[in-house]
Formats: sequence, structure tokens, C-alpha cells
Amino acid sequence: MVNPEFDDVDHDTVPPANKGLLAAAGVLLALPLIALAWVGSYARVEPKLAGFPFFIWYQFLWVFLCSAATYAAYKLVLRARPHRPMAGHRDAETRRRDEELGR
Amino acid sequence: MTAMLPAAANTGVNYVALAVLIVLFLLVTVMGFWASRWRQATSMESLDEWGLGGRKFGTWVTWFLLGGDLYTAYTFVAVPAAMFALGSVAGFFAVPYTIVLYPIIFIFMSRLWSVSHRHGYVTPADFVRGRYSSRPLSLAVALTGILATMPYIALQLVGIQAVLEVAGVGGSQNIIAKDLPLFIAFALLAAYTYSSGLRAPAVIAFVKDTLIYLVIIVAVIYLPSKFGGWDTIFGAAETKMAKPNPASGKPGVFIPNSQQYWAYATLAFGSAMALFMYPHSITATLSSGSRNTIRRNASILPAYSFVLGLLALLGWVAIAAGTKPIGLDGKPNAQLVIPQLFEDSFPSWFAGVAFAAIAIGALVPAAIMSIAAANTFTRNVYKEWLKPDATHADQARVGKLVSLIVKAFALIFVLTLDKQNAINFQLLGGIWILQTFPALVFSLYTRWFHRWALLAGWAVGMIYGTYTAYNVINPATKGHFGGSLAAMPIIGDMGYIALTAFVINVVIAAILTFVFNAMKVDNGVDETIRGDYFADEGDPRVEKLETPIHLQTGNP
Repeated sequence: MVNPEFDDVDHDTVPPANKGLLAAAGVLLALPLIALAWVGSYARVEPKLAGFPFFIWYQFLWVFLCSAATYAAYKLVLRARPHRPMAGHRDAETRRRDEELGR
Repeated sequence: MTAMLPAAANTGVNYVALAVLIVLFLLVTVMGFWASRWRQATSMESLDEWGLGGRKFGTWVTWFLLGGDLYTAYTFVAVPAAMFALGSVAGFFAVPYTIVLYPIIFIFMSRLWSVSHRHGYVTPADFVRGRYSSRPLSLAVALTGILATMPYIALQLVGIQAVLEVAGVGGSQNIIAKDLPLFIAFALLAAYTYSSGLRAPAVIAFVKDTLIYLVIIVAVIYLPSKFGGWDTIFGAAETKMAKPNPASGKPGVFIPNSQQYWAYATLAFGSAMALFMYPHSITATLSSGSRNTIRRNASILPAYSFVLGLLALLGWVAIAAGTKPIGLDGKPNAQLVIPQLFEDSFPSWFAGVAFAAIAIGALVPAAIMSIAAANTFTRNVYKEWLKPDATHADQARVGKLVSLIVKAFALIFVLTLDKQNAINFQLLGGIWILQTFPALVFSLYTRWFHRWALLAGWAVGMIYGTYTAYNVINPATKGHFGGSLAAMPIIGDMGYIALTAFVINVVIAAILTFVFNAMKVDNGVDETIRGDYFADEGDPRVEKLETPIHLQTGNP
């Protein structure tokens, strides 16, 4: 095991993030939930599409919209909160293990 | 709408279909045994190796595993049967369920992945114990997971049984002949799961998904045109749903009316929130190689939801086709509708392929579920409470044994509860497992809730949910546990019992949190730190394996 360089980061904190991008991702994730929870907005037969009642094809449409929204949210979240490496973090267990190894 | 085909009663054994089914079944069994040598680890004796496949699966294997996990006899047998017999509220809710699932898991699953890999958690109960140092709460979560998995496995066994019954195997003469095929399938499943662990379902998932996609493509392109196109199919469904169901005396549902909105929405959301509480779903996601695999999967998995919707509609295709799902005992059984539709519509050899797709599609998740329940028992009950000094070899041995016991209990569910509405097995499991949601998911974000308040909320939710579900009487058989909808307090409309119990659970937990805090009751020690919830591969301690196997395929 390589003895890691120690950093000054307090890892008992939430890594910094761009709040605006996180909120945008939240909205993208909430949209499909709200749309599908609101059953009254789509529980009808007309307009039909290729023989499919509105009730059916509208929910199929949300399969794709939800997939797109989730993918966009994924990209936003990656950008919003870059990974903060924990390499230098010495918690109790790492410390104990290091001491056992005589460091 | 008149039937397009003469009612083909289940007259006898379909030898060609049965032969194809058996050959494909044997093929996957051999693959299952071979799987224990695939990506060979140094030792299958460690629980990490047997139960999590070494936690080294990349995106594509994880994708197939999750697919094998989520789309099952539930998809192929139970949902179309509910559509056929009862209509859209009972069946089509599965589509919004599997859509809203992904935003929900996107939000919390990566946090669970990170904290689990930092601290070596393999089950939800491990996490709860680490977060609150509460052994009782951890035990409650573990036992709920094991209990809730049993009816879900039972649903898979019903799926296999439906296929074998339509193929003509079994008979009504005596109890042993009647259920013999079920016992054979059960024994094979048990054997290869026992020897190969999670590697077996991972390999079989490839065969399964290939078969399933083949059958689905043929079914959804060929069958609707054969039976007059979608216009005719929806017309036939609308006509049937307007008439009272002969068993219950109530009409079915074509499009939900305003009294049914709550039922539809709560079934969808309750099921979605419940799914990732099951030990098997958590096992599969923790098997993935990095934190972001889960989020990427969340955006590619909805392809399965589309497939699920098309399969659900096959229940209505069967209405237009005039399918008569009659069991070998001469009584109607809606669970047989899809296998029967395939047998009536396809040449025998392809019916056999379709039967194999359904049967293997039930075996894979049943294997994964029983392994996950066994992992939970071993770690959180056996090692924690019964034998704290158990070695890795001890744990692997007990895990394998418990995976058999869990399957045996599932078999008891199949043999004792009403099989006419198999989707209810899964909904019953959901009622129980959803009660662990506050302790697991809320705790990923906050330690505001008190550990004893969470335990009390869980207990009240479990009792309320079980009692209410017990009191739902099946109108046809007069049996208990006849459904999963009951009038919701305050709102008054029918709703999914799981979600009602969940709300009661959260309210109790919140109120008691104030009480326990006021009484200054100790809320335990938290062994996690905030940064743990954001850790990714490469961070210290994220690789927990003593002998890592760097055979990962790499992420695209």
C-alpha cells in the first residue's frame, strides 16, 4: 500500500457543487414524476394515435422523455459536482491500519 | 367482438414445444454450472465472491443483470394476466412504475453505492447498522428484506408453472403429479444457484435477454396484425372491460375513471419506491464497478419499460384473439393467458422458444433474489446475532443453505396462496419492503430521525400493512390477501396499501423523533462521514476485495 499524500480537506463535509446545475438536474428528474402522478391529465381515450388510446401512447412517450431527462440530469450532475478525491483522507480505520504497518 | 380463433382448450401435451423448452432449459443449466469457472476468482469460498461476483461487473454486465432482475415472470405472466382479467389499473400501472423508478434510483442509489463501498456494506441492513450503530433496526431491515423476497420468488415459480401447464405437463389427478414440473424446475434452479452464486444469473441473463427480445419482437409485430390491428384489439378490450367479470361481478377497467386515479398513481409510485429496497436490487447495483455506472444505467434502462408496456398489451391482444386460458384442471386461470396465446398463435417449435424465454426469465431473477436474501441472512442475522466469530467459509456455507430455504418458503407461498392474481404476490412483498424505506433512504441524507423512532414507524407500518392486506377478501375465492388496494384514510379513494402504510410509518417516525430527542435518548454513533456519500472508485478503501480480479470489460 502506498502511503498517500495528506491533504487539508475536511472530508466530513459535502463536496462543493454548482447549486444551479444541481437544481436544474432536480427539475429534470421531477418532471416525469409529476407528469405520471397526475393521472387525471392523461386518463382519456382521445386523441388516438395509430389506434392507440391517448392513455396508452402518452405513457409510452414518457418512457423516452424520462430516459432523455435522466440522461441530461446525469450529464448535469457530473458537471455540477466534480469528484473530490479522498486520497489524503485519514479516518480512524486508515490511521489504525497505518499504525499497524508501523507508519 | 367475436373470437377470431376457435377456443383451443388445453387438450394435451405439446411435444414439440415441450422438447424445445427442455433443450433450452438444459442449455442454461449447463451454462449455470460453467459460470462458476467464468472470470474465475481465487476462491468461491468467500461470501464476497459467491454473493457479489467479486463486485467487478462493468456497465454492460450490470445492465443485463439488472434487466434479468427487473423484467421477469412479473412482466411476461402476471402483468398481461392482470390486463386480460381486470384491465389497466391492475396491470398497466406497471408502465409508469418502471418509468418513475429511474429518476427515483438516480437520486439516492449512487449515495448508497459510495457509502457502501467505503465501509464494505453489502446489504441495506449493514448500512443502517453503521449509520446508527443500531442492531435492532438493522435486524428489522434484514428480516423485512428476506420476508418480502419470498412472495416475489413465488411469483416467478407461478410463471414457470404456467408455462409447464400450457405445455401440457402435470395433471390434476394427484397432488404430486400436479406439481411435479414445478418441483423439477425448483430443484434445477436450486442446484445451479448453489454452485455458482451470482455468476450463474449473470451468464444466463445473456441467453435470457436474447430469447426474450426475439420472442417480443415476433410477438409485438406479428400478433397485433394477425388479430386485426391495434384498433380492433383496443376495441375488443374496451368491450370486455365494460362487462362484469364473471368471477368478481365487477366490470374491468379500460381507462381509469376519476375514482381510480389514486389507485393507479399509488400502485405505480409504491412499486417504484419499493423495488430498490429489495435485497436483490441492491445486490445488483452494488455489483457495479463505479458510482456513476448506476446513474448511466438509470438513463439506459427505460428501454425495458417500453418492452414491458408492449408485453402488458399482449393481455389485450389475447382478448381480441379469444384466448381461453383453461388449466389442466378444467378451470379458467388468467395466469395462463400469455403462454396459451403463444401456443395458439405460433408454430409449436416457436411456442417452445417462447416458453423457454418465459421460464428462464423467471429462473434468473428467482436465483438472484434467493442469493440476495441469503446474503442478508448470513451477514445480518447469522454473523451478527448467532455466530459472531463465523469464518468466511462458514458464511458462504450458511448463505448457500439459506438460499435453498428461502426458495422452499417461496414454494410454500405458491402452494398455499391464491395464484389467480399472481401480480398480488409482488404487491404483497412491496407492502412489507416499503416499510424499510425511511430507515434506508432518509438515512442516506440525514440523521434527523431517531433510530428508535424509525424502528417504531417500521413496526406500525408492517402491522398496519399486513393487517389491511389480510382483510382484503378475494371476491371469487373468499380467501384472505385477495388484493393490495384498500380505502385510504382521509382521502377515501382506493389506494395501494404499501404507500398508506409508508405514510403512517413516516408520521410515527417523525413524531417519535421529537419525543425521543426531548427525552434525550441516545441516537447511536454514526461511523460514516459526509464525504463517504460521494466516494468513487479509486478512493481509499473503495476497493474492499483482498484479491482484486482486474478482468473488468471497461466502461463504454
